[in-house]
Amino acid sequence: MAVATKTAPAVAEDRELLISGSEAVAEALALADIDVVTAYPIRPYDTVMQAIAKKIANGQLVAEYIVAEGEHSQFEVVKHASTVGARVFCGSSGVGWAYAMECLVVTPPLRVPMVAMVGNRALDDPGAFGVEHNDALFVRDLGWMLVWIDSSQEALDTTLIGYRLAEDRRVFLPLAISADGAFLTHSQALTLVPPKAKVERFLPPYNRGDLLLHPDNPITVAPQANEDWVIEIRRQNNEAMARAVIVIEEAYADFRTIFGRGPENPWFEEYMTDDAEIILVGMGTISLPIKVGIRNMRAQGKKVGLVRLRWFRPFPTDRLVAALSKASVIGVIDRDYSFGSPFGSGVVANEIRAAMYNAPKRPPLVSFICGLGGREVTLEDVYKVTDLCYNAAKTGKSDTKTHWLGVRE
Amino acid sequence: MSALICEVVYRGIFQKNLASRITRGIVLSARKSGRWGIAFGRYGDSPQRNGIPAKDFAIVADTKEELEQNMARYEPKHVDVTICVDDTLAKGVESWAWYGLQPINRLTLPNGTLLMTSLQPFEDLLRDIHKKDEPYTLAVIRARASFSGLWVYKEDHTEVRILGALAKIAPEFLTLDGVCQAIGEMEWGSELKVASVRKAYERLEARQIQPGEGNAEVPYAFELPRWWEMREGVTIPAIPIGKPKEGGKGYVPERNPYFKKFTTRTMRPVVDFDTCVKCNLCWIACPDSCFDVMPDGTFDANMEACCGCGVCEAVCPVESCITMVNEAVFEDNASQWDMWRKDKTAYKTWLTDKITNKKATVRSHGFRFRGQYEEEIKTDLDAGGAEITAGIPGENAKHKTI
Repeated sequence: MAVATKTAPAVAEDRELLISGSEAVAEALALADIDVVTAYPIRPYDTVMQAIAKKIANGQLVAEYIVAEGEHSQFEVVKHASTVGARVFCGSSGVGWAYAMECLVVTPPLRVPMVAMVGNRALDDPGAFGVEHNDALFVRDLGWMLVWIDSSQEALDTTLIGYRLAEDRRVFLPLAISADGAFLTHSQALTLVPPKAKVERFLPPYNRGDLLLHPDNPITVAPQANEDWVIEIRRQNNEAMARAVIVIEEAYADFRTIFGRGPENPWFEEYMTDDAEIILVGMGTISLPIKVGIRNMRAQGKKVGLVRLRWFRPFPTDRLVAALSKASVIGVIDRDYSFGSPFGSGVVANEIRAAMYNAPKRPPLVSFICGLGGREVTLEDVYKVTDLCYNAAKTGKSDTKTHWLGVRE
Repeated sequence: MSALICEVVYRGIFQKNLASRITRGIVLSARKSGRWGIAFGRYGDSPQRNGIPAKDFAIVADTKEELEQNMARYEPKHVDVTICVDDTLAKGVESWAWYGLQPINRLTLPNGTLLMTSLQPFEDLLRDIHKKDEPYTLAVIRARASFSGLWVYKEDHTEVRILGALAKIAPEFLTLDGVCQAIGEMEWGSELKVASVRKAYERLEARQIQPGEGNAEVPYAFELPRWWEMREGVTIPAIPIGKPKEGGKGYVPERNPYFKKFTTRTMRPVVDFDTCVKCNLCWIACPDSCFDVMPDGTFDANMEACCGCGVCEAVCPVESCITMVNEAVFEDNASQWDMWRKDKTAYKTWLTDKITNKKATVRSHGFRFRGQYEEEIKTDLDAGGAEITAGIPGENAKHKTI
């Protein structure tokens, strides 16, 4: 259905550009030839909105660019555009994402394959701009697919993979790509931008098929229903999420074949985990200080590794359990909070606890909350995390306390 | 251990408060004999919609445990007493799509009771009420469909008359003394209402209904699809475009086969095809697209689709061309146009009989003039009607708890 096909540069090879994570998403949107994009400014998501506007102004992308009066309308407009067959993009941050909540809720049951970028931002109050993951995690139970990225390259690649995945008829679910505010949205890095010809081989046109809202396919979308219908609709959504697991594996494999890069394991990145005694787990750009810290600690003989989780929904339970079971201790660093949760842990730590419940080997798990509101996660924090994990290794028991790091005490 | 389960089938908006007052009364009356009870509402569609059939339930039991046992489901699957406070519901109810037509006595247990308010003779009611395979009792309190649950209308004592009747039907749970005590002392606090309880107890008419007795129509029913048979994306196919009638003339729209909605109807339009000027106004104004365009250019109100709102009568420019008539005087949903085409003289006789029946053409749900309801209720007194009292039902009691 994508209509803008005439403006892509006819370059056969990848170009190397110095662009931010948000600009990399915009590059991917031009390559994916999106049809409708809606915008309402909120930092740090607004960086992608500006980048798309520039692309349209420069004639590099032909798309409807609709400035809404708020996030609620912003997400509602793309939802409708998608049902009539448009490839759409949208996004927000923090409380802007929260303001769109009613529309975010209806998108998965209507099977709208929207791709959205969440520029992760702390929720109000206090009004703050720094990164926290609680905004995107709002929709974790609702049928949204959730992925976290940590580089401009991954931003571009994941956006292309995202459309391929979301628009697969077996899936037809929305995807939110989470990019850490400032650390990724505002950091420019050297990024390979593929030629359009490669993208066309990878990403077929969006075909809404039997769900297309069109005079030739008269259907009613979202009628009122009573208790005789709702659980069946939830069951359908559950099935689509289960099928997404297969489609993610397929999409990454095809991406590697066509573009010659990309991870073999779509679900998470493993860094120095082969012989690791301590495996740290985190999502997003927290990977940078952890990787540097790991290298420094390895120089001192400490066998530490990192599992950087990309896909949170669908959650890669089996593969993650297999990877983490190798460790003597698991240390999970959450850039989010869940007040009053089991052990007072963040969301990722408790998901991993739940995933490990049936594992034959369950290493002790220590949970951390760190870097909230965009606070820097320092190398010292990483060393302290590792030390506390080694303490647990000595006792062989999970630490029932959640450690808050980098807090003035 | 034993329990009494009652349902009240009523029309949305018009009788919502009345129904809840009846079920509250059942529980409060049974409490006077040391029973436990609960009163609750369930609905397919919103009971806030005009005329939509909805239900309230009351369960009273000897013990709290038995009460819980009967409460551990969304709503009762069988009831000892079905109470219907509007006899136009005797034809069955359909409160939501894919429900099909549910006979009014569908949940009534073998040897249970269907208790109705009606001015119709038993044999007329039985032309509407679907037959059952087991015997039951049809009990009737002589009264018209009550509006006293709406705060803008006067008291007509329907709720306490129902309770008086129940004291006769299920004396082991609701004793006459218990009911009178509850009415006299609790939310109502009215001696006049206690008198109405006793009158209803004495005047209740009842008849044993044999298996197979009643309306022989097989009510339409549906199978709900399984999750993997349903379309994805919360989508349903649109209703297709309709077809012309015979000879390529006229037009009959396709309609939702899973939700006919006609049980919402309390009055239906009767059309005089001889005086129709073919102006289209009824066809345009009908909110449910219920009019079929006939080959001769007249409009036939399809009784499977008509909700009985009366807009067609209001917009028709010809005197007595469309007349709303109470649903109770009809026995089927047959096409009036077919009847007219077959025998125009016979149709004229039928039509005249319907539209000159003053009792059937006064508005039954919604009124033509202020005070109409009070007048009607007074005229029903000879048939067992009640004195009209001032004030809002249940709002006069000194002992009112809520």
